[in-house]
Amino acid sequence: MKCRKCGGAAVLELRRHNVAFCAPDFLEFFRKQVSEAVRRHRMFTRDEAVLLAVSGGKDSLALWDVLIEAGYKTTGLYLDLGIYDYSKESHAKCEAFAADRGAALLTVSVEQEVGAPIPEVRAVTRRPTCSACGLSKRYLMNKAALDHGFPVVATGHNLDDEAATLFGSVLHWQTEPLARQSPALPSTHPKLVRRVKPLYRLSELETAAYAFLRGIDYIVEECPFARGATSLMHKEILNRLEEASPGAKHNFLYGFLEKARPAFERVAEVELHECARCGQVTTGTVCAFCKLADQVKRAR
Amino acid sequence: MKVVLRHPKREVEVVGRRRVKDLLKELDILPGTVLVIRGSELLTTDAMVGEDDVIEVRPVISGGGA
Repeated sequence: MKCRKCGGAAVLELRRHNVAFCAPDFLEFFRKQVSEAVRRHRMFTRDEAVLLAVSGGKDSLALWDVLIEAGYKTTGLYLDLGIYDYSKESHAKCEAFAADRGAALLTVSVEQEVGAPIPEVRAVTRRPTCSACGLSKRYLMNKAALDHGFPVVATGHNLDDEAATLFGSVLHWQTEPLARQSPALPSTHPKLVRRVKPLYRLSELETAAYAFLRGIDYIVEECPFARGATSLMHKEILNRLEEASPGAKHNFLYGFLEKARPAFERVAEVELHECARCGQVTTGTVCAFCKLADQVKRAR
Repeated sequence: MKVVLRHPKREVEVVGRRRVKDLLKELDILPGTVLVIRGSELLTTDAMVGEDDVIEVRPVISGGGA
């Protein structure tokens, strides 16, 4: 297989674009997709301090690498979920990455903030593990950004993540999540920072290839609680569609963002309040994070 | 050739030269869901792999998330 740009030996075929690239041309393609995402959705400028949530996995570390190379002011945020060796190893990967590049890394412990590490939260709540974990992560990312004065949080969600989330929301016609699903969510309250996903134009295969070709030492092992997660089942279904019809995931996500999302956004305007307990933003009186922490406290 | 698979990490022996796409088909793996690695090289699906190769088939799918 030959590189579409230079005719050299290709290392990666991108069937949805009907091209193959050699390593240098693929890396250039990847960086351009990130800068196009940042530009198109006005995610952040070079003068803004960006808090980047890093897990030690391929996506967040690939994104951090691109943003550092492009001269953005980034600080990593590692949320220590307390998931046995998996968390220890992923934290070590983030620390090594940051140390190599002289980048700043903040660490927040879920155990300290929620009252128990994720395996214990899992045991005492009836929520699916990924749901309690996701809720905690979103809350703590926003809180860390506010506490340290960052106007924006970036995450490493890729095209596959976004397509799978969309698929799940559509299956249940969850209109509020559909209205909120976007590569860039503006701050709609003084205590809610902007949230952006600069990798939404790139597939998991592409982020993994970028990380590999850049020699990034990321955690390949999966979270032990991810097995059986609904989002993985949705990814598998979408990957089967993609195999039969390259570009299916891309068209599904981009079509939604361009044509369908504005309709959901119009009907889903909600009023935001400050949580009576912690002061963070919620649609109710007490936020879901405080309710989760209460549940953990009662069970201990 | 030796093929290293993940989740869980394990090795299988595969006999004979073939293209990466045929290897993945035999292993029942969708090509868009893995990196196929030989040493420091990424292989495309039309690349030939042979007897003395050690091939890592590394999944790219991250799980979980709410």
